[in-house]
Amino acid sequence: MTTIISHLFLQHYWWIIVSLLASLLVFLMFVQGGQSLVFSLPANDLQKTLIVNAMGRKWEFTFTTLVTFGGAFFASFPLFYSTSFGGAYWVWMAILFSFIIQAIAYEFRSKPNNIFGKKTFDMFLFLNGSLGPFLIGVAVATFFTGSRFSLTNMNQVHWATPFYGLEALFNIRNLSLGFAVLFLARINGLLYLMNTVDHEELLKRGGKALVTNSIMFLIFFLFFVVTLLFSSGFAADPATGAITVERYKYLHNFIQMPIVMILFLTGVLGVLFGIGISIIKNSVKGIWFTGAGTVLSVFSLFLIAGFNGTSFYPSSYDLQSSLTIRNASSSLFTLKTMMYVSFLIPFIFAYIWIAWKAINNKKITEEEMKSEGHVY
Amino acid sequence: MIENVDLTLVDWSRAQFALTAIYHWLFVPLTLGLSFILAIMETIYVRTGNEEWKRITKFWMTLFGINFAIGVATGIILEFEFGTNWSNYSWFVGDIFGTPLAVEGILAFFLESTFVAVMFFGWNKVNKKFHLLSTWLVAIGANLSALWILVANAWMQNPVGMIFNPETARNEMVSFWAVLFNQVAVDKFLHTISSSFLLGSMFVLGISSWFLIRKGEELMAKRSILIAGVFGLLSSLMVAYTGDKSARTLSEVQPVKFAAMEALYEGKTNAGLIAFGLLKNSDKKIGEKHVKEFAVKIEIPDLLSVLTGGDKDAYVQGIIDHVSGNKDKGILSVNDKIQKGQFARDVLLDYKRAITLKDNDKLDEIKGVFSVKKFQDEYFRYFGYSSIDKPEDVIPNVPITFYSFHLMVILGFLFIMIFTLALYFLFKGTISDNKWFLWIGLLSLPLPYIASELGWVLTEVGRQPWIIQDMMPVSQAVSQISSSAVITTFILFAVLFTVLLISEISIMVKQIKTGPKH
Repeated sequence: MTTIISHLFLQHYWWIIVSLLASLLVFLMFVQGGQSLVFSLPANDLQKTLIVNAMGRKWEFTFTTLVTFGGAFFASFPLFYSTSFGGAYWVWMAILFSFIIQAIAYEFRSKPNNIFGKKTFDMFLFLNGSLGPFLIGVAVATFFTGSRFSLTNMNQVHWATPFYGLEALFNIRNLSLGFAVLFLARINGLLYLMNTVDHEELLKRGGKALVTNSIMFLIFFLFFVVTLLFSSGFAADPATGAITVERYKYLHNFIQMPIVMILFLTGVLGVLFGIGISIIKNSVKGIWFTGAGTVLSVFSLFLIAGFNGTSFYPSSYDLQSSLTIRNASSSLFTLKTMMYVSFLIPFIFAYIWIAWKAINNKKITEEEMKSEGHVY
Repeated sequence: MIENVDLTLVDWSRAQFALTAIYHWLFVPLTLGLSFILAIMETIYVRTGNEEWKRITKFWMTLFGINFAIGVATGIILEFEFGTNWSNYSWFVGDIFGTPLAVEGILAFFLESTFVAVMFFGWNKVNKKFHLLSTWLVAIGANLSALWILVANAWMQNPVGMIFNPETARNEMVSFWAVLFNQVAVDKFLHTISSSFLLGSMFVLGISSWFLIRKGEELMAKRSILIAGVFGLLSSLMVAYTGDKSARTLSEVQPVKFAAMEALYEGKTNAGLIAFGLLKNSDKKIGEKHVKEFAVKIEIPDLLSVLTGGDKDAYVQGIIDHVSGNKDKGILSVNDKIQKGQFARDVLLDYKRAITLKDNDKLDEIKGVFSVKKFQDEYFRYFGYSSIDKPEDVIPNVPITFYSFHLMVILGFLFIMIFTLALYFLFKGTISDNKWFLWIGLLSLPLPYIASELGWVLTEVGRQPWIIQDMMPVSQAVSQISSSAVITTFILFAVLFTVLLISEISIMVKQIKTGPKH
């Protein structure tokens, strides 16, 4: 076994796992997307309650996926963890704050004596719903656009700007991915609502919102993808590990890894198809296509960021400090130990599926919101 | 290896981690303990079919839900703070420390979060047995997550199962089982979950006592006291046993912390156990630090020697043994350790220099040095001491360590008495008549919280100046960001968490006053 499974194989294996978790996270941010609509979509309080309860039954999945994504990244690529989190301090802190306020908002919002009133907690949901996906999108965009840091020979990070990560917000490509992720989350949130809630008027309003959000998503997404394909990227020499700037690196990655390109195109088509059948045919099954499409496209974007001799966390300040899946990973032993743990993931998917189906077997209705059950 | 350590940055980074950890720990033990109490109550409901038990379960489940949400909210920050505020640490040990965190996410958090949704929303959607299974899985998932994070923390107290790799300048895991079955991890897990069961039981006992004082919901209150009394008594006995076991392990792997717990400066045979004591500064000093002495103490003769070494003639090491060294007992002085640590550090720097100069002969030679067991055991294990300035820096804050330990132990014995009395009065049928005891039950509700937090204060303050015992001081572990950034986030956390806590308590009190739904 030891001889068959090389360190390089495991570094790729773990990049795939991290990419998979990232893509699932972006899909599950339909919860955030739904939250970001909490003030604009509903016509009245009851409709708002329906939205909050539809999203509130799934928020823990998104939250847990985020935490697991962090843990898996820490364990498999600890140099990324120490470099990015320890340097781009403010971006990560802003993301974390937005998730802290989400976790209590559902449980507290409609409980008597919550001191701050329902509106405050709804504002927490809105802030998390808007800032969470946007900032995560901006942070991930730096995987392609680079950050300004250097590492010492003991691998300690020194951030080269006084903004500790906030400078990412001054880059238009980072912003475009941030907005693309936000609008994608809103699209997925709307489609999930259509699939889960039984309320004609709310769904009608959702249909209208879907059109505008889809247009916005397409504008930002296309801008990001086109600039990505025509931009220079950060290539790592497989023999020496030296980093150089290569023109059209990400376009080359797609061409040199055609399977990834097919995955990406299938993903994008899936998203468009899901939106299309929801708008044109009023289908409630759009979420399945946009969901799967989201997972595939994010997954393939992560693969072109890390595979094919590419630096997945480049430094535009000191090229040779850039991180690759080879220089940032854990040891062979750790990656192998974790690989055995990862064999349990299909089992976890299985029980999540069973529990998810059990809760979603009936659509959420007005009557249920007025019942004595656990209502947010 | 950081040339200029900014102590303001280190102190604020520590303060921020302490703040977020203390807040998080206000909610976690109740989740760990109450989840099992819910599972037991629901099991009785499913087995008997008695609707009153369902009503009782749902009442406590509402309180569980409020607490669970804020526990989750305050928890996410801790995992990411290792990266944001302790990035040098994250790299130095990420190869080992990251694994339990990842396993925690994969194995425990998904279990907990998947089935907590069924537990809250599934009453009318799934059958009774599936619902019951979900409640048990929430309890198991929550406690499994505690296992992995405690394994990670135990490794910081007693680093095992790894080797230093000069090429990557970090520690790398060589035995997952050594990390998992680290004696400190085993002790810590059992002590922590049993103390959390105790806390959950006291929570139920306290609130049920309030119902009895008000003469409302008597059946629910008595049934709840029955479950809390039995579960609490068993847990509090387990807490005493595992606490004793933890202290014995500590005396071997963290002898300075152990000595500080007892404020024992001079090592000795026939050492007595301090049952109660008040400390004051003495005239003596170790470097710049005052030696503490007892202004008042109640001591049980010889007991410390007996507990740690098996007989009263056993020698118990004191703080001074470890600062100045004790040749008879084979203990090196801090100065000796600093020299050895500096030697190890110089070898590592030579290695890094050779990489820069591409001097392959030198590289091979130094690699050879690193693979020699004698170098690892006698020099590299003191690597962290190369960053220690003065010998007295290895002494933790003795009063905080001493008081937190002793207050925790005193409270531990008090809990055994309270649960015993609760069961005695309940079985005698006089619990409602003994108002004084009901008031004790109610007023004792915050005490396990205090004891539990004190346990963590002891663990973390007693380990100072180390983030990893003997290997890395906190000053070397901190992220090199501006201290003003950390001060700002500290204030934001302090305000936000306090606001959320106030809201949580207010909601909780209202729900209790409203009582179970009919």
